[in-house]
Amino acid sequence: MQKRFVAICFRHLTTDWFTRRRPALRHLPFILSAPVHGRMLVTAANALAQAEGIAPGMPVADARAILPGLEVLDDQAGLSARLLKNFARWFIRYTPIATMDPPDGILLDSTGCAHLWGGDKAYITVIIKRLGAFGYDAGAAMADTIGAAWAMARFAGEPSVIESGKHLQALLALPPEALRIETGMAEQLQKLGLRRTGDLMGIHRPALRRRFGQQLLQRLDQALGREEELIVPVQQAATYRERLPCLEPIVTATGIEIALQRLLETLCGRLQQEQKGLRSALFTCYRVDGKTVETGIGTNRPSHRTAHLFKLFEPKLSAIEPALGVELFELEAPVVEGLSPLQEKLWEGSGGMEDNRLAELMDRLTCRLGAHTIHRYMPCEHHWPERSFRLATSLCEKPLGPWRTDRPRPLRLLSKPELIEVAAPVPDYPPMLFRYKGRLHQINKADGPERIEREWWLEEGEYRDYYQVEDVEGQRYWVFRAGDYAEKKSIQWFLCGFFA
Amino acid sequence: MPDTKANIIARLQKDILPLQGYKSLTAGREVDPGWGRIGDAFPNGIFPLGAVHEFLCPGPEEGAAAGGFIAGLLGALMQSRGAAVWISSSRTLFPPALKGFGIEPDRIVFVDLQKERDVIWAMEEALKCGALAAVVGELQEISFTACRRLQLAVEQSGVTGFILRRNSRNTNISAFVSRWKITALPGETEEGLPGIGFPRWKVELLKVRNGRPGTWEIEWTAGKFRHISNLTAILPGRQKKTG
Repeated sequence: MQKRFVAICFRHLTTDWFTRRRPALRHLPFILSAPVHGRMLVTAANALAQAEGIAPGMPVADARAILPGLEVLDDQAGLSARLLKNFARWFIRYTPIATMDPPDGILLDSTGCAHLWGGDKAYITVIIKRLGAFGYDAGAAMADTIGAAWAMARFAGEPSVIESGKHLQALLALPPEALRIETGMAEQLQKLGLRRTGDLMGIHRPALRRRFGQQLLQRLDQALGREEELIVPVQQAATYRERLPCLEPIVTATGIEIALQRLLETLCGRLQQEQKGLRSALFTCYRVDGKTVETGIGTNRPSHRTAHLFKLFEPKLSAIEPALGVELFELEAPVVEGLSPLQEKLWEGSGGMEDNRLAELMDRLTCRLGAHTIHRYMPCEHHWPERSFRLATSLCEKPLGPWRTDRPRPLRLLSKPELIEVAAPVPDYPPMLFRYKGRLHQINKADGPERIEREWWLEEGEYRDYYQVEDVEGQRYWVFRAGDYAEKKSIQWFLCGFFA
Repeated sequence: MPDTKANIIARLQKDILPLQGYKSLTAGREVDPGWGRIGDAFPNGIFPLGAVHEFLCPGPEEGAAAGGFIAGLLGALMQSRGAAVWISSSRTLFPPALKGFGIEPDRIVFVDLQKERDVIWAMEEALKCGALAAVVGELQEISFTACRRLQLAVEQSGVTGFILRRNSRNTNISAFVSRWKITALPGETEEGLPGIGFPRWKVELLKVRNGRPGTWEIEWTAGKFRHISNLTAILPGRQKKTG
């Protein structure tokens, strides 16, 4: 397929932006200024100021001399780059491949896109009209090569479409500046009497290279399509991305739901064919006012079930603010994993950890409450009770070893042992009574001690002597003494758990 | 069967049960962790699955006792496969201890939340998920509407729910199928042997829909509940020392 490129050139990018923010400036000549080497220079001038002969690069004092009533505004550093970046993103609604072309342009790869707007001419016209409605004065051209489109956007005067294969004829009459070469070189060419690109094409190539270097030849080749030129899009094309442009801007919640449902159906259909499932999805709404709103979900296990994924998105849809309307919806699956359809059937209804319904429940909980709330534990080879288990990394993880049952462990363990007052015979008998939260417990039966040493390679501290004790009412506790009895040392007892 | 008045009433009572939300799902899925005489208290003599049971536990000790009782039930429900969800806003449950009640602790997914409201929401979502054997929730207060919502959720899915109510102030309202209170009892050891013996509980079934409430004393022995037939009086002050 013949490649088609569109070049867009903003004639007054920054001043138009200022006018858009302060409509009163529309009928005033004004300039933007910034200090350069200690003096104020004009960085941009609007159409009215330029008509008076004020050009960027001129000192502000000179501009004021030309037009005493001139409005001078401070320029913002990096403004044009920022605007161009936003524009390049905005152009996603016309083509998936758009890039910035500093200092004042945008390049689009519109191959195979224009027919959706009813042809090349209509495509360009729509773009210019939309930019005009925003208040930007822009030129645009479509051609087979980037170079030709760039030249025509700047030197043709009005939006033009160069038919496929006709770019050579279109270029012949343009000045050498149209070849995207440095200003110095263009001036040199003008001085030598080479006032049109056509003149250059007749000259022997080695002669041109000797005089002007490789750059001129490269630009010439690029413009004529002899050398291929690639553009790097601002938004990388994702493998699993679906788009849904809308004829009318969507403002209702129902409309957004329908759009999401449709996108999910298409994406899931594709995933199902390729035996894949998505682990995360991103739903982006491009609004009429140029802003984007996005929301995302994640799943515990790859899934391509439309109904389930829609359910995950459902509570998040209310947060989408459509403002004046959404004109383009996009659904992307950044993380996709293989999914075996056979196993899914096998585990359906088995009621175990492998059941898909459990994974879907976990997805719903994660989406609303966050992943940090869900825990699953695996046995861990440690004697220290608090370390005898660890967090599982996934829902499907299997324990490596058995859970130990050889020592009694309480059903409830306090997250932090609580200090208790104890009366206990020395040296290593269980307590006779203890006071916990102001209540005295008379101990009836006891078992112990079970000495658990600190894991010295992990932390320092004293060992613990654990006792199971039962008070007269039959309530069972796990208490421990930290360390050994020694002279001039107060012994501390702690309550750390409750037995069933 | 002669058409005596008592028989007609019994049959009608059985007919009413499905209308009240007891589906015949329980048939063939009876769970017996050693009910013994407690079984007579349940409607139709079967522990109601696919319903929500409420346990009152005013303090941490009762919480541990009720936790043990539920863990015993869960073990029978899960039968070494199946999964359960334990939802709480202040969990102290020690996962490795569950193994002692016949549960593989890695088959339980714990959901730890900050707010009670989220706990109720998560309970409802979990109870709707038919893949689970049971859902346990630790709560303080719950409104009547929330009770009803949970009950409706289990009627759809057939999942069994357990609610542990920690020091709740308002225990009057409830749409749950039963209300229990488990308190610890002093254990018994073989004469002359040290230790504290198996866990023993006083099980009070305070309320059960279409059943007969009662009080029993049971012990958790060898992976089953066992009734204590002749509870000997515990002599206080008979402390055993080990070492």
